Amino acid sequence: MTITDRTITAPEETLALPAGPTIAHRPLGVFTRPQGSEGWTSWLFTVDHKRIGIMYGAAALFFFLVGGAEALFIRLQLATPNGSVIGAGTYNGVFTMHGVTMVFLVIMPMAAAFANYLLPLQVGARDVAFPRLNAFSFWCFLAGGLLLTSSVLIGGWFQNAPDGGWFAYAPNTGLLFSPSKGIDFYAVGLQILGVASLVSAINLIVTVLNMRTKGMSFFRMPVLTWMLLITQFLLLFALPVITVALFLLMFDRLWDANFFNVEAGADPLLWQHLFWIFGHPEVYILILPAFGIVSEIIPTFARKPLFGYHFMVASGIAIGFMGWGVWAHHMFTSGVGPLSVAAFSVSTMFIAVPTGVKILNWLATMYRGRLRFTTPMLYAVGVVSMFTIGGLSGVTHAIAPSDTQQTDTYYIVAHFHYVIFGGALLGLFGGFYYWWPKAFGYKLNEGWGKASFWVMLIGFNFTFGPMHILGLQGMSRRIATYRADEGFALWNMVATISSFVIALGVAMFFWNVFVSTRNWRRAGRPDVGPDPWDARGLEWMTASPVPEHNFDSEIEVERLDEFWHRKYGKDESGRIVRAAPTSEVAHDGSNTNVHLPSPSYWPIVLGGGILLVGYGIIYNLWLAAAGLVLLVAAIYGWILEPADDPDAAGHHDDHSDDGDDHGDPGSNGGPSGNGDSAETEGPEDRGGDSAETEEEAATVG
Amino acid sequence: MTSETGAAEAATQSAHAEEHHTSTGISNEKLAMWVFLGSECLLFGGLISVYMFNKGRIGPNDVGPNDVFDIPFTSVSSFVLLMSSLTMVFAVSSIARGDLRGNRIWLTTTAALGATFVAGQVYEFTAFYSEGLGFTTNLFGSAFYALTGFHGAHVTIGIIMLMSLLVMSLRGNLTQERAETVEIIGLYWHFVDIVWIVIFTIVYLFPQ
Repeated sequence: MTITDRTITAPEETLALPAGPTIAHRPLGVFTRPQGSEGWTSWLFTVDHKRIGIMYGAAALFFFLVGGAEALFIRLQLATPNGSVIGAGTYNGVFTMHGVTMVFLVIMPMAAAFANYLLPLQVGARDVAFPRLNAFSFWCFLAGGLLLTSSVLIGGWFQNAPDGGWFAYAPNTGLLFSPSKGIDFYAVGLQILGVASLVSAINLIVTVLNMRTKGMSFFRMPVLTWMLLITQFLLLFALPVITVALFLLMFDRLWDANFFNVEAGADPLLWQHLFWIFGHPEVYILILPAFGIVSEIIPTFARKPLFGYHFMVASGIAIGFMGWGVWAHHMFTSGVGPLSVAAFSVSTMFIAVPTGVKILNWLATMYRGRLRFTTPMLYAVGVVSMFTIGGLSGVTHAIAPSDTQQTDTYYIVAHFHYVIFGGALLGLFGGFYYWWPKAFGYKLNEGWGKASFWVMLIGFNFTFGPMHILGLQGMSRRIATYRADEGFALWNMVATISSFVIALGVAMFFWNVFVSTRNWRRAGRPDVGPDPWDARGLEWMTASPVPEHNFDSEIEVERLDEFWHRKYGKDESGRIVRAAPTSEVAHDGSNTNVHLPSPSYWPIVLGGGILLVGYGIIYNLWLAAAGLVLLVAAIYGWILEPADDPDAAGHHDDHSDDGDDHGDPGSNGGPSGNGDSAETEGPEDRGGDSAETEEEAATVG
Repeated sequence: MTSETGAAEAATQSAHAEEHHTSTGISNEKLAMWVFLGSECLLFGGLISVYMFNKGRIGPNDVGPNDVFDIPFTSVSSFVLLMSSLTMVFAVSSIARGDLRGNRIWLTTTAALGATFVAGQVYEFTAFYSEGLGFTTNLFGSAFYALTGFHGAHVTIGIIMLMSLLVMSLRGNLTQERAETVEIIGLYWHFVDIVWIVIFTIVYLFPQ
């Protein structure tokens, strides 16, 4: 590894934009561009996919603490029979917000953090296809997250929190049964989050399809790239469905429409169908990124290529398709009829097959490998084992008669925590440990990491394991109390105590971050090297932390696991031997002569406009109108702003390939000067933004 | 793309030899529009499903489709919208040929035809309302206005984009090199038209 003699200041120099600090160019004579890459303002206006990824991760961890605190309130309320810690009304808000927060504000943005940071690196690109849209996705997500989370404080503690459960079944969510503003926050907040995810999905799909480096064919892409790509396609097609449902709900509540008005002849099953047509692909949106992460970690620490790469990819694609044909298994007891129940029962059993393929391939990858049980590897193995448990209880749900008994009991709660906590969240935490050195230049402490893993794992199993028993005993979910003579007391107490063990494990993770950072700084910020784990993907082929321009030069890929094959070869007897030291293979990030997209004010302004529109729809349409004005102004400011700061031009060398300024495919003879790049991002902006504008227009008007 | 780069594989400054090139050969912007329209299909698919699910759920004395629809009128406005797709094609082909004046004329015509359609929709909504069908009247009303309203909002966005293109053109910023911009907006416009064909058929022409 290259514990090199690079000076401490070197990375900062490479991070500096080539533009320099003294530019006063004003596009259309109105505004200057934000400048510089240091200080907190540079984070607000950044369009760098790596910084955006880090911000996604930080925001997701913040919301993770919020959602975790809500979980602890649930457990405290249920610790003893006839609990009275928070009361039934607040309890409804707490469990709803726990679910909504963990799904939409924790797992999804954490996956987005990895997608943003790693996708361009793994396909060898300079940035995502649309850097400013990427920044907008983040700010829009943050606006939606803050709007949703603010509902627990506005007007009193959990007085206006959503209280219909995370799937918010009609007609419970009507004004009659849920008169607070909570469901409005739910409907508007999720729509804003949907816009963020949709824009991000379009951006990342185009990035993967269009910006792969030379030789990076589809079947040379890492499995993580594949899984994230499939996830983005699921988002692309699933989000509009819930957007429709949320619009209907909003119209019903705010403007007296009749979509879920049973009195007017409506069938509330419509909501269930729309929600779960989104909701089941959503399950795979949550889990596939973690599958991808595990598929990166296990080969590295088993020191073997991933077993059955093509089967891994194909099973991911199969899950992506089949995920659309199983939604009614959430509705077995809703009266959809025996034929539907039978069909969805069968399709649900089938979808276990590609998932099983993945489990098998991970096991086969580890089989006879030279395993190194580092912290990321522990998390990855944790995913394989815990997800298998959750998957098996999932198969029991596929059997409709059995599911009929289990519906709305703690058996279901146990199942989805095993797949979402034991699968998705453990995988994402493993990803944090694995890519932490890549993003920040130092490893997290292994001792604390392993300790926190075991504490989390034990706490997790003793929290959610007993819920299988509680569910089979008949304990209903979403009921704030139970009686002492029902026999639920013991396992509830065990679960509550163990939930605090999980909290301890999470606290140890944060402590680990603190300690590792402090120790690294005290040690004089030693360089961890580009490839601390001896890994396989292209992201390890550049310096850590990744310089702003990612790679010093374009990488030509000739096979799967290109980086590994550049490091290792075979000797005469076929044994694998080191062919070249990492320092020779990897880039050192010293190339500062790379033109990068310029930072921009507009993404955060647009996000702010959307936040105002969101509150405005809930409270006062005049506020929404003001937000709309800001939003339209931001869109036009954005379109009229050159994608690249013209004064930063001059060497249109590398970056122009990567998509920001696609003037004219075919002729590169003309000078790509100031005017050329000027409004070429226009059409895409219009395309992407029209999603917002039309939704806003429809919402307001 | 050429062999100029050959020897200097690792050279960082050689990228000039690369064309503006993407892995698929489709520009990022156009691909993004296609991907976005894919998502839009599901949006309208959902709305159309909601309409079909709900249109019959009205009482015997409620205002229903047969009471309000004026098929000849809507046929004419649908025809106007379809013609706007034709003029959009002319707009795209004129700028591809470098005929900026023709491009402006066809952009304006397309926007005007779109605006005529939206005006027809506004008239239709007003007429329906006066005949007793409001957004809140019954399930048919809610579903009908939601579906056609979403479509109308899409057409309106399209008109705004066309007008923005026109302003760009008048300021001299929309030249032949940027013909693809018009083409991408055209994709959106054609999509919205195609969706209307589906909506018109399902909402107005299917037997009620």
